[in-house]
Amino acid sequence: MAQNDSDIVLTLSGVCKSFGPVQALKSMDLTVRSGRVHTLLGENGAGKSTLMKILSGIYPATGGSIELAGKPYAPQTPLEAAENGLAIVFQELSLCNNLTVAENILAMREPSRAGFISDRKLFQTAEALVRDLGLPIDVRARVIDLSMAQRQLVEIAKGLSHDARIVILDEPTSSLTGAESEILFQIIGRLTREGKAVIYISHRMEEIMRLSDDITVMRDGEYVTTVERGDATVEQLIALMVGRQMNEIYPPRESEAPGEAVAPVLVAEGLSRPGEFEDVSFTVRPGEILGFFGLVGSGRSEVMNALFGMTAAEGRVVLDGKAVTISSPAEAIGHGMAFLTENRGEQGLVRSHSLRANVTMAALQDFTTRGGFLKSRKETTEAQQAIERLAIRANSIETRAGTLSGGNQQKVVVAKWLATNPRVLILDEPTRGVDVGAKFEIYRIIRRLAAQGTAIVMVSSEMPEILGMSDRVVIMSEGRVGATKESAGLTPERVMAYATGQHK
Amino acid sequence: MNQTADIAARRVQLRSFMRQYAGIFLSLVILCVIFSFANPRFMSVANLTNILQQVSVIAIAAFGMTWVILLGEIDLSIGSIIAVAGMVGAQVIGLGWGFVPALLLTLGSGALMGLINGALTAKLLLPSFIVTVATMSIYRGLVSLPTNGAPEMIMDPSWTAIGGESFLGIPIIIWIVFVLFVANHILLSRTTFGRRTYLTGGNREAALYSGINVDRIKMIVFMISGTMAAVSGVLLSSRLYSAQTNAGLSYELDAIAAAVLGGTSLAGGVGTMIGTLLGALIIGALNNGMNMLSVPYFYQLIVKGLVIIIAVYLDVRSKQRRA
Ligand SMILES: Nc1ncnc2c1ncn2[C@@H]1O[C@H](COP(=O)(O)OP(=O)(O)OP(=O)(O)O)[C@@H](O)[C@H]1O
Ligand SMILES: [Mg+2]
Repeated sequence: MAQNDSDIVLTLSGVCKSFGPVQALKSMDLTVRSGRVHTLLGENGAGKSTLMKILSGIYPATGGSIELAGKPYAPQTPLEAAENGLAIVFQELSLCNNLTVAENILAMREPSRAGFISDRKLFQTAEALVRDLGLPIDVRARVIDLSMAQRQLVEIAKGLSHDARIVILDEPTSSLTGAESEILFQIIGRLTREGKAVIYISHRMEEIMRLSDDITVMRDGEYVTTVERGDATVEQLIALMVGRQMNEIYPPRESEAPGEAVAPVLVAEGLSRPGEFEDVSFTVRPGEILGFFGLVGSGRSEVMNALFGMTAAEGRVVLDGKAVTISSPAEAIGHGMAFLTENRGEQGLVRSHSLRANVTMAALQDFTTRGGFLKSRKETTEAQQAIERLAIRANSIETRAGTLSGGNQQKVVVAKWLATNPRVLILDEPTRGVDVGAKFEIYRIIRRLAAQGTAIVMVSSEMPEILGMSDRVVIMSEGRVGATKESAGLTPERVMAYATGQHK
Repeated sequence: MNQTADIAARRVQLRSFMRQYAGIFLSLVILCVIFSFANPRFMSVANLTNILQQVSVIAIAAFGMTWVILLGEIDLSIGSIIAVAGMVGAQVIGLGWGFVPALLLTLGSGALMGLINGALTAKLLLPSFIVTVATMSIYRGLVSLPTNGAPEMIMDPSWTAIGGESFLGIPIIIWIVFVLFVANHILLSRTTFGRRTYLTGGNREAALYSGINVDRIKMIVFMISGTMAAVSGVLLSSRLYSAQTNAGLSYELDAIAAAVLGGTSLAGGVGTMIGTLLGALIIGALNNGMNMLSVPYFYQLIVKGLVIIIAVYLDVRSKQRRA
């Protein structure tokens, strides 16, 4: 390896950080070189995001030392970090939903004269930036109208909107499909060619093995080791990260897929909502896992929203053979449905409240005595079980959900819907931001529920997940069902062909 | 194993309780110390009882306000509801219907006015700030309808006993504050309705997706606020032996101040009845102490504003440092 020390831009040694009694980082070392992609690998709650927030001036370290280009570095504010040439794309979205894409991208840097923002220039600048990055987003759109993936792209554009020598990307692909991820990988390639250092965080092993030059593994807030790509296999990396050997990514089936003879629990016929989706029909049987695949903007999440009563749609929904109209989530839940939304921050979690309150919030009637009181002890048990079952890393069940790491927040939202014991479980990107170990657990739970007769609809942008878990796959393309296929024998290429509408 | 977990959980709760109220409790103690140095009579039992009595009207209104703020909403109409409630009571007594019907109709009028606020907010999707600024004006106008703006005397002995007499040596008014405090506290912290209120205030969209009937919660909460204001109206009119058209003027601000001093977040989702009670006590101690020292009214206003800013700042800062 032809490394000398002249290309080192950032050195961390013994960095630690505690939040009250919680020690998020115990001792972290890291050496980042220009022109290279350095991946941080660690389980949910290992301290990756915390470390990045220290680097970008969100909060100070409680100990250790950081050197940037040979000089001590301890940014007090995000602005100071930006002035020192750090750019960051945060894990949790930080956009103002009511503003336009352009306003968000150029927040704090609006082109203005004497304090007045020039709209024309604002859009021009943003437009140029987005085109330069090759991102397919409309800078005049309002963020609230965008899908999660599009918002993530806006977040990326925002992070990269100013010149930097170190670019931090904290799980940028967790809500992107393959196509958009490719664009990002090209941007990363260009950044490194320009001699910039990229710090990359992801739980998707394929992209880590493809992108990284160096990989640093951390565990429980501590540095484990740094390897160059090629010096370790995926299995070795996972073992280093979780501290044990993991051989399978998908747990074995616990039951056979239900046959044609089994009557479906849920039938959707000709669902349409102008501008979002048209004539969408599908069925799910008890015990079946029905995958939903599609590119960004194909309307998958919109269909689920309508099915769950959040938005109105035309068409017919039949549950257990009876036609129903569902006009609110409360009614949907009353019918035994559950819907894990893709946007955990806004639609899933109550950040200011405890883990326990979040876990039981969709099933509160099961925790209510006849007099209207809360069954506190039962709730405690439920929350503790959720922590154990999903390996949620939290100090206690009283921990505020907003202080959990991204992946652990996702697990809390999963636990919340499991607590409702649904007959029809709709999962929209259930493993978003979850580490490989926890993913396996979630898959196992899904399989077990299916074996017990729950009908499962799983929307996912991860091709391996769709092919690895589903019994059948609905492939959507531009708001319509492109194809519905048995997953056995389906290849990624064929799925993509249906999703892009090339295959008729 | 479960038992140790229980004990551990309780210890965590106790510690977070101490932390939660340390700032506000300190402010209250400091105020009391300052006032008792200035006038030793301040800490006498008689005066402390006095403070409690004086603060009762604000405290009860603030319990209702806490529910509303927890939802991330605001109710500016409670000062007017206090006045309307007093007038409804006086009129019904004037009709000779007797104490109990008068009391029930008074409380009912408060609930109805609250329901109107809640329905306009939830069903027409108007911001509660706008709705209650409007109803504040409407309700205040309604007060004068029966008497053309003149006060109405209340002679009913049961009605006036509420503000004047004692039970087991403690003024009835203080019993009422105590009972309503306990009731609101239990409803908020021990029932699923209270939990749903917290969750809706913390993240309305997530609550909606989780099957919580957000609109219904909103309407009930505004009804609670209106009813609590009506109780305040009963207490006030009973102490004044009359219903006044300008009763409760700007009390909504004191109620908001009490809730916020007690750590209730205007963003919604965070706050407790205990905090609000402490906040109301601070306002009561402040008013009483300054009156005792004969501080001119306009100085009192200035000091009160400053104390609110300082106390909330201390509270926010101590919480930030821990976060
Ligand atoms: N503001 C905070 N207050 C208290 N604890 C916190 C706070 N922020 C993070 N933590 C804790 O620090 C630990 C590390 O969190 P961090 O977000 O850095 O994990 P991560 O490695 O990014 O995980 P993920 O892969 O899930 O994103 C977690 O246990 C988390 O609960
Ligand atoms: Mg993270």
